This record gives sequence, structure tokens and C-alpha cells, in this order.
Amino acid sequence: MNHLPAIQVIIPLLCAPLCMLLRWRTGAWLIATLATWATFGVSFVLARTVVLNGAITYDMGGWPAPWGINYHVDTLSAFVVLIVSGVGALTLAFAYKSVQREIRPESLRAFYALLLICLAGLLGIALTGDAFNIYVFLEISSLSAYALIGMGQRRRALRAAFQYLIMGTIGATFILIGIGLLYSLTGTLNIQDLASRVEMIPNSTYGNHTLITAFAFLTVGLSLKLALFPLHLWLPNAYTYAPSVVTIFLAATATKVAVYMLLRFSFCILGQRFVFEQLTLGNILLLPSLAAILVASLVAIFQYDIKRMLAYSSIAQIGYMTLGISLNSHAGLSAGILHMFNHALMKGSLFMVMGAVAYRTGSVYLSDFRGLGRRMPWTMAAFVFGGMSLMGVPLTAGFISKWILLQATLEAGWWPVTAIILLGSLLAVIYIWRVVETAYFNPRHEIEHGTKEAPLSMLLPMWILVGANIYFGIDTSIPLHMAERAATILMSGGTL
Amino acid sequence: MELIIDITLLTFLGITALAINRIDKLFCVIMLSGIYSLLCASLFVTMDAVDVAFTEAAVGTGIATVLLLSTIGATDTQQRSAPRRPLFALLVVCATGAILIYGTMDMPAFGDPDAPIHQHVAPRYLQESQQEIGSDNIVTSILSSYRGFDTLGETVVIFTAGLSVVGLIGFRGMQKFGDRQRAAGITQDDMGKHLVLRIVIKMFIPLILLFALYVQFHGDFGPGGGFQAGVIFASGFIFYTLMFGLDAAMRVVSPRTLSYIAALGVLIYGGVGVATLLMGGNFLDYNVLRSNPLQGQHLGIFLIELGVGTTVFSIMVLIFFAFSSRKGLRQ
Amino acid sequence: MNIGAHYNYWVAIFLMMTGFYVVITHGNLIKKLIGLNLFTTSVFILYISMAKVKGGTAPIIAPGIEVYSNPLPHVLILTAIVVGVATTAVGLALVLLIYDRYGTIEEDEISLKDDAL
Repeated sequence: MNHLPAIQVIIPLLCAPLCMLLRWRTGAWLIATLATWATFGVSFVLARTVVLNGAITYDMGGWPAPWGINYHVDTLSAFVVLIVSGVGALTLAFAYKSVQREIRPESLRAFYALLLICLAGLLGIALTGDAFNIYVFLEISSLSAYALIGMGQRRRALRAAFQYLIMGTIGATFILIGIGLLYSLTGTLNIQDLASRVEMIPNSTYGNHTLITAFAFLTVGLSLKLALFPLHLWLPNAYTYAPSVVTIFLAATATKVAVYMLLRFSFCILGQRFVFEQLTLGNILLLPSLAAILVASLVAIFQYDIKRMLAYSSIAQIGYMTLGISLNSHAGLSAGILHMFNHALMKGSLFMVMGAVAYRTGSVYLSDFRGLGRRMPWTMAAFVFGGMSLMGVPLTAGFISKWILLQATLEAGWWPVTAIILLGSLLAVIYIWRVVETAYFNPRHEIEHGTKEAPLSMLLPMWILVGANIYFGIDTSIPLHMAERAATILMSGGTL
Repeated sequence: MELIIDITLLTFLGITALAINRIDKLFCVIMLSGIYSLLCASLFVTMDAVDVAFTEAAVGTGIATVLLLSTIGATDTQQRSAPRRPLFALLVVCATGAILIYGTMDMPAFGDPDAPIHQHVAPRYLQESQQEIGSDNIVTSILSSYRGFDTLGETVVIFTAGLSVVGLIGFRGMQKFGDRQRAAGITQDDMGKHLVLRIVIKMFIPLILLFALYVQFHGDFGPGGGFQAGVIFASGFIFYTLMFGLDAAMRVVSPRTLSYIAALGVLIYGGVGVATLLMGGNFLDYNVLRSNPLQGQHLGIFLIELGVGTTVFSIMVLIFFAFSSRKGLRQ
Repeated sequence: MNIGAHYNYWVAIFLMMTGFYVVITHGNLIKKLIGLNLFTTSVFILYISMAKVKGGTAPIIAPGIEVYSNPLPHVLILTAIVVGVATTAVGLALVLLIYDRYGTIEEDEISLKDDAL
């Protein structure tokens, strides 16, 4: 049982080559689904253990840190791992029918293997306690993501994947530069060791040039990966043209893990005092976050491709998360972390709706949604619930994180920011209402599609996410407790 | 003396980089990037990083150049558009460069033995690794044992690259190439008409493969290890393909077989880790593999380097096959 | 500001910025990838420069040698080199497919074709 952290990552990592070894295509899906569900189960047990007993440390290769790589699992890591593996499990269940329409049969085994590798990469980032190991697993998840996006049907998917590759590699190289500069000052790569040695650097309180530069490069590199405005240019194309399953998975996980990295590097290594008071990270993050919320929501209103609309909506939601971080308060941090969880539930279910619609109608344009409310009642109902969560309607998960964020901004006395958050919700109402109105209140589409309801294998995972949305909107004690505990750990420098 | 070599190499690197920016003909640019890579490798040698130089020469100069050339063989050979927004880019680049230079001001001087990085973690590697692991090459001990988990990640990265190429390009495209060539009655590439090349290459290939095996198993005692060995082994196959044609090479080992071999390589590496878990140690703790920890380390490192070499070799050849078969489609 | 002490780092930074410049300004996809390669390889020069110890040799234990250069950055860069070539390979695979579907590898021509539809 004490090998859980290693097992968490090994299962998806080693099942990926297994997928390639079988000639039987359904076998690949079977292995992938079993692997992701096993991973989810392990993450559950891991989260429980960490919440009850405190952080777990695991030395890879038996060598103690900082000479070896170790895994350090605290509440924040366990929370992120829970989100990622949960989304992975549901996505794989959803994938069976969806990929039949969208991926060439001969590429299916590689597709599932890449999906598993992406999952393993994201989990590895969240669990590890070594800075360079973060870089390696970041590249694992990014590389597989580039390829997965490029496997979309339209040729624009290739262009989107290439653009993401260029921007993502620049971001990763910036992160590498930042890690290198930190290493040159301290001589170690282990996160906890870095934290204690950063304080011993001469002039660290007055502004050590190298330290500031390391911080700058890390922040810019991570912002590229986060898709923080204005470095978000890769995201709309990538989410729109990728296969539906890939969009579901990436939208719900990849940017959250980037937020996790930002939190880890800022709070645990560099220290809250240095980062917020000296380097004013709060101010640096504030304007882009607000811009993201307003501009992205505005742009979303004018989109006719609904997948693209939801992609811009994701950029806005990331703005909420970074806004919570920029507040530099316990409440703001909890709100941001909780929103990672809630956004995964929201966007996961919404993109699953898009996957189902694409499967049945072959199109994701607004005009083709006409009358869908009657022909695909369950699917559109899921869209309505997901949309309500996005807007922040009470009794949904989205409401909770917005509420805590509002409380945090009121606490800090930032009235304009509070207004902007509310404005963002209003804009969300507009773009969600467009789709709902078209689906329910327009006459039937002239051309009869013969469209039926989505298959059960798609509806089930979709409604599990919708159900989770509603459940965690009513009783949010578990995720909220984990988010608040994670915030406490971060504010105290990650040593708890 | 060392300083002069250092400065000369750095100057040449600068000139090459500027030339890459200016020149339009893609073939020249690719050759320049190969030269750049080789200069970097030489620079690494002068800075005592022999394993890194070996890998950079094999991977950066060798594989990257081969793949780039295959790509322009199948696409355009001339860059057609002018640089856009040069002023804005210059601004961004100068700003970033200025911040970086500002950042190096508090860094320790080049070569300073009292720098922080030489005080903290490194001394244990230098002093203890021979007793704990038994290898003379400290870089190998760190790579395979102390930070073996990173190397597993690295192997997975290579495997991912291979998977990506297979997923994007597909096996069917590669098989079609072979079928079309056979239908047209072409049995070998036109390079096969050069008698001298054919005979010499035939003599060289076994030597290359032997050298690759030497590099694989002597990683403990000198520069070398799984990555470099895998690339050199792959280059033997690439030579064969260039001489005798893609179709003949794909009959020696088919792309599908290569994907199986690659998967097996990753599983060997992971399998060693799982074995250590089952034997009671932590993941990738080689000490538990045998009753004597030192023997356990040797066995563990041997097996994982084998896994790495296998995966690297098969993926490099697979990617080369995939890229070369596109050329046929265009014709 | 000691020029001699930091010369290596500054040249590495100059090379990085040249690579970065190539990525941003050029529209040809292959040139972009080469620029990216340039950028990442120069970061390696930065790391390896940090590892050098004056009067040291390669970190392979041999009798009679007292001072060795630091082996840890070497290990990190070995991994980074491999990651770099994997990225290049995936990028080139995408370029090949883009050429198949668009008929060109110049970014502005690709934009024109997409906007025309």
C-alpha cells in the first residue's frame, strides 16, 4: 500500500505499450478503459490516505532526495490527481462510440496508447517532488497531446497541432531555463530542498537577479501552458479541431495541471512572501485574468462553432482560477483550486455533449442545433445543466466556486473586480442561452437527419458528470475541504 | 589553449546561427543546422561533457538531419516567404535576451569550483557512486540508477514520438509504398547502381552494428549507453535502406514489427521496476534484484539500458521508414 | 560585471535569441522547427557551461584524477536532447501531413487556403 504513488503513474504508463502489442482493436480500448478505471480507484485510495494521514513521500529507486527523485503527495497533489484520473476514466468510457466516427481504424491502437501516455504524464507532474521530473513528464503529456490533436478529421487540426507544438515547446523551454537558473543558485532539483535553499541565497530578500529572472521565465512558460491571456492563442484552434474525445480530456485536465505547476513553483519553491510581496505576482496575474474573463467571454458570444465557443469559455474560466490566485488570500486560493475541480466537471460534461452531437449529426454549428432539444432530449438537458453550472446558478458546482471567489474579492475590498466577475457570469448566460434557445425554441430543422438520441455508452459518462455537478453544488464539503487544506499547505510554504 | 578553442567554437556557432536565419534554400539551412549540432557536440567535449557530446552528435547531427532531409524530399526545398514582422520580433527577442543577461549577473563565474551546484548534491555522486553502484561512468550511474525514473520518462518520450508518427501517418501508407514499388518492377533504389558504394556499405554495416553493441554494453566504463547505442544501431539500418531501397528494408523488418519491438523495450524498462516492486523494494530500486546490492545494480542497469536501446533503435528506424515512404506517394 | 566570467553564458543567450527570432519571424514551417531546435540546443550550452569546473575532466572515474566536472547537468541535458529530437520528429510528421492536405508549407499560404473556404 505504501507503493501507491508509484503505482498511480505506472498503470497508465505501462498499459500504453500493451495497447500497441495487441492486434485486436477492441482489446486496445478494453486495456485503456481498465487502466484508467484502475488509476481512478488508486487515486481515490491515495486521496483518502493523504487527507487522513498527511503528506506521503516516496523515494524512486530507493535513493533519498535530493540525490534521487522522490514523489511528494500532499492534499493539493492528491486533489489534482483525483480530478485528472476521474476525467480520464469517464472519457475512456465515452470514447468507444465516439472514436469510431472520428478516428481512422488503423490508428486506433496508437490513439488509445497516446491517451494513456498523456494521462500518465499529467499524473506524473502532479505527484512528483522533483523539478526536472516535472519538465520530463510535462513534455510526455505535451507531446502526446500534440499528436492527439493532430489526429482530428479536418486538416485544420494539423495546423492547430503544429501551432500548439511551437508555442508549447517555447513554453517548456522557458520552464527549463527557469529550472536551470534555480539549479545554478541552489545546486538541487528537489522541490522541498529547493524551498529551503532558496532562502539561503545571498540577497534573496533584496532581489537576487538570477532568482528574479528564474521566476520570470517560469511564470511566462507556465502562462503559455495555462493559456493565460494573451498567451492563449493556441487553445481555441486546438480544442475546436481536435477529436471530441481529445477535447473532452484536454479541456478538463491539461490547463489545470499547468495551474498546479504555477502554484507549486510560486508557493512552495519561491515562497509566498517573495513571490507576492517582492515580485508582485498578484498584480502581474490580475490584469491578464480580468482581460481573459471579459474578452474571452465576449468573443465566445460571437462564435457559431459551438466547440470554439466553449474553448473561449475555457479561457475565461482559467481567468477565474488565476484571479483567485492573484488575490493572495486563503479564500482566493481555495476558490481558485476548487474551481479547477468544478471546471473539470462543467467543461467535461459540456464537451461530452458536443461529442454526442457530433456523433449523431456530424456537425457542431449553432444552426444545426435547431430542434435538437426534442430529438436528443437527454443530451441537451445535460447541456442545460452544464451551462447552468458555467453561469453560476445556485445548486450547481459552478455557483460554489464563484461564490467563494466573490467572498474573497469582497474581503479584499476590490469592488471593480467583483463587478467584473459578475459581468463574466452575465456574458456566460448570453452565450449559453443562444444554444439553449436554438435547441429548444426553434422549429425543426428542414432537412430531416433522422437523428436519434445519443447512445447509452455516451449518455452514461455524460450524466455521471452532470450528476456530480449537481451533487457537488448541493454538498460541496469534500472538494471544498480538500481545496481549503491545499490552500493552507501552499500558504505555509508546502512543508506540512 | 582551452579558452581559445572555446571562443573559436562559440564564434562559429554564432555565425552558423545567423546564417540559418538569413538563408532561404532549405537544404543549406538543414546542412547548417547539422553543422551547428556538431559544433555544439565539440563544445560539449571541451567542457568535459563527453556523454552529452556523444548523444548530441548521434541524435542531433545524425537523426535530426536525416529526418529533416526526408521531409524536404517529400515537400518543398525552397523557403518562399519573407520574414514577417521583423521589428516586433526583434523587440521581443532583445527584451528576452536582456532579461536573461540581467539574470546571469548573479550567477557564479564560468568554471568556478566553489559554485553552489558543486557543493550540495554533486559531491555524493562523485565520491560514493563507485561504491554504491559500481560503475566508473558517473553520468551512467546517475542516469540509470539515481535518476532512473527520469530515464524511464525519456524512453516513454521516444516511444510517444514513434506512436505519434504511427498514429498520424499510419502503417497502411508505408505498406502501400512497398506494394507500388514491387508492382512497378523496381527492386532497388537508384543508389544501388553505384558499385563501389554498394560493396563498401555492405562491409560497413556489420561493423556499425558491432560498434553499436559495444557502445551499449560499455556505458559503465566509458561514454556510451542505451541512447547512443540505439541511434548507431538504427543508422546501420538507415544505411541499408539508402542503398537497397525502402521496400527491401521493410522486408527485413516491417514497421509493425518495429512498433512491437519498441513497446517491448518500454515494457522491459517498466518490467524491471515492477520486478523490484514485487521483490519488496521501491520502484526501480535495483538493490533488491540480487542478494548482493552491487550485483543488483549491475543487473538493473544492464536490463534498463537494453530496454532503452531497443526502444530507441526501433523508433528511429520506424520514423525514418514513415518519412521515406511519403516521398513515394508524391511521385 | 566580469566579462570573462560570463562569456559562455552570454554567447549561449545570443544563440537562444537567434533561434527564438527564427521561430517568430519565419513563415516556413520547417524553418520554424529548425529555429526551435536552435533555441533548445542553446539552452543546453547554458546548462553545460554551468557544470564545468576549472581544471576538471569528464566525470568518469580514472586513477590519478582528483577534480571532475559536475555530472548532474550532463544527465539533465541528455534527457533534454532526446526530448528535443522527439519534438522535432512529431513536428516534422505534422509538416508532412500539412503538405499533403494543403499543398504548401508556408504559413501565409496555408492561412489563405483556410480563409478561402
